Amino acid sequence: MILVFGIPLQVLLTQLLLGLVNGAFYAMLSLGLAIIFGLLNVINFAHGALFMMGAFAAWMGLEYLGISYWAMLVIAPLLIGLFGILIERTLLRWLYRLDHLYGLLLTFGITLILEGLFRAYYGVSGQPYAAPALLSGATNLGFMVLPNYRAWVVVASLVVCFATWYLIERTRMGSYLRAGTERPDMVEAFGVNMPRMVMLTYGFGVALAALAGVLAAPVMQITPLMGSNLIITVFAVVVIGGMGSIMGAILTGLLLGIIEGLTRVFYPELSATMVFIIMAVVLLLRPAGLFGREK
Amino acid sequence: MEQKVNKKIAYGLALVALCVLPLYIYPVFLMKLLCLALFACAFNLLVGYTGLLSFGHATFLGGAGYFTGYALKSLGLPFELSVLAGVGGAALLGLAMGGLAIRRQGIYFTMITLALSQMMFFIFLQAPFTGGEDGMQGVPRGWLAGMLNLGDDMNLYYVILAITVAAFAFIVRVIHSPFGQVLRVIKENEPRAISLGYDVSRYKLLAFVLSAALSGLAGALKTVVLGLETLSDVHWTMSGMVVLMTLVGGLGTLLGPVVGAILIVSLENRLGEIGHALARFSGIEFFGTLGQSVTTVIGFIFVVCVLAFRRGLVGELAPMLQRLGRMRRR
Repeated sequence: MILVFGIPLQVLLTQLLLGLVNGAFYAMLSLGLAIIFGLLNVINFAHGALFMMGAFAAWMGLEYLGISYWAMLVIAPLLIGLFGILIERTLLRWLYRLDHLYGLLLTFGITLILEGLFRAYYGVSGQPYAAPALLSGATNLGFMVLPNYRAWVVVASLVVCFATWYLIERTRMGSYLRAGTERPDMVEAFGVNMPRMVMLTYGFGVALAALAGVLAAPVMQITPLMGSNLIITVFAVVVIGGMGSIMGAILTGLLLGIIEGLTRVFYPELSATMVFIIMAVVLLLRPAGLFGREK
Repeated sequence: MEQKVNKKIAYGLALVALCVLPLYIYPVFLMKLLCLALFACAFNLLVGYTGLLSFGHATFLGGAGYFTGYALKSLGLPFELSVLAGVGGAALLGLAMGGLAIRRQGIYFTMITLALSQMMFFIFLQAPFTGGEDGMQGVPRGWLAGMLNLGDDMNLYYVILAITVAAFAFIVRVIHSPFGQVLRVIKENEPRAISLGYDVSRYKLLAFVLSAALSGLAGALKTVVLGLETLSDVHWTMSGMVVLMTLVGGLGTLLGPVVGAILIVSLENRLGEIGHALARFSGIEFFGTLGQSVTTVIGFIFVVCVLAFRRGLVGELAPMLQRLGRMRRR
């Protein structure tokens, strides 16, 4: 058996993979938060609840309608993205001219409503959801046994993250979005329909959260409260990375997931608090965040 | 001049009412209400008068509760010292959290306080002295100055009343002091406060520590009253509750948080009964299940308040009452 710092290599790599899976979720969620904040100036507290709805949508699709995981991977983000657009049109858009804080408070209220409703119907115990047959089981790589589904989560979310980065940083549509983040009034003067863009951006960010939820369904307990604990950690990730850069959000998310995984190996007592400790250190040394600029 | 006298009379009447109220209403419930009202006022000092929205105040309420409970139960310290330990502990936590959070502004400040209080939640969950998931139970109330038995509900009620009223008076004094004026300048226009030569960070930090210490006082008293402390007091939902109490009552108004705390705590306690009454009245069965969905109702109130009611009850009513008074005098 190979030992690294007195830890069996297999254990170390397994925890590293677990950390990477969590990091992938952090990355997808903080990416969505950053895009939404850039254009709407709203910190979307409901992001966690919408993530939870994504996971529940996958479970409900299979349980009630027999829709497979692969179909839900597309349907759930679309449906919940539409739900997000509904939220934006009916509630959020009245707050754009006010202090950011009201956006946070409103989405906090939405979170409580959604969680409360799901808890009334499904209680707090977790719903099981099996990974699709194609991805169940594990592959023996010789130096470690790789669970197929977790590997798929990492690959899929990395592809989604980098596709989003490409969309925003390298395409014409993305240039509108970036311009809208800087000077919405000017972009509007050039004839871009800003309200529609804001609406679609919120829908897109929400769809990302829902997609992360579907991906998480087989590896996490599906409970009404699964999102809110995650979202607070993601807030810390956002503070560490700063919301100015898309790539920064992705990298910070992955990095913190890995660090958390390593903490679980070397000092398990700290694994729940590690991200917050790093946040405190970053605030002391580099208050604007690793990739941030003060907005 | 006339208004000032009116105000004094109103405060005097309220105080008399508070003194006789335990004859009619269960005193433990009243004491809990007083503690949470103080908590909301302490929170309002920060959000309403300094413009800093903290989403981590549960740490100070619950943290002080744990410290006081530990001092009373395990160390056997007297009531006064135990409450002081809670307040001091909360002030130290406030110094640490505030010191970190004021390094960023606006929305980031809020996220940092939320994240740090989540960290404290995990620490309280794992620390051996808090009892973890089971909570801390059977905290003795002790004696005041070794003479007055606080185990008696009525005795304790008047002690709690005296302390919370004194704390409320202290908050009012702080708000109207030169220090409070500077805080208001920071809230209205931070760059201008800086250009006037105020060391804004130090004012913000002091306001944060004050608010944390007073929240700690509320938490310490609450533990003494109920004789227990659980994780729900340090959970982020409690931070959300105090935001809601203050918002419902009116941000930046003196009495708003008190009104908000009374409303929200009563609603939480009576939601089941209110639901049943509504169901009987309207014939809609759904209302009968309202008691089980406190979270949903609270969330709904949040949304309505933010969208339509941002100045809160006192914030909306006070100008109306003033206008009425002026009309009558004419």
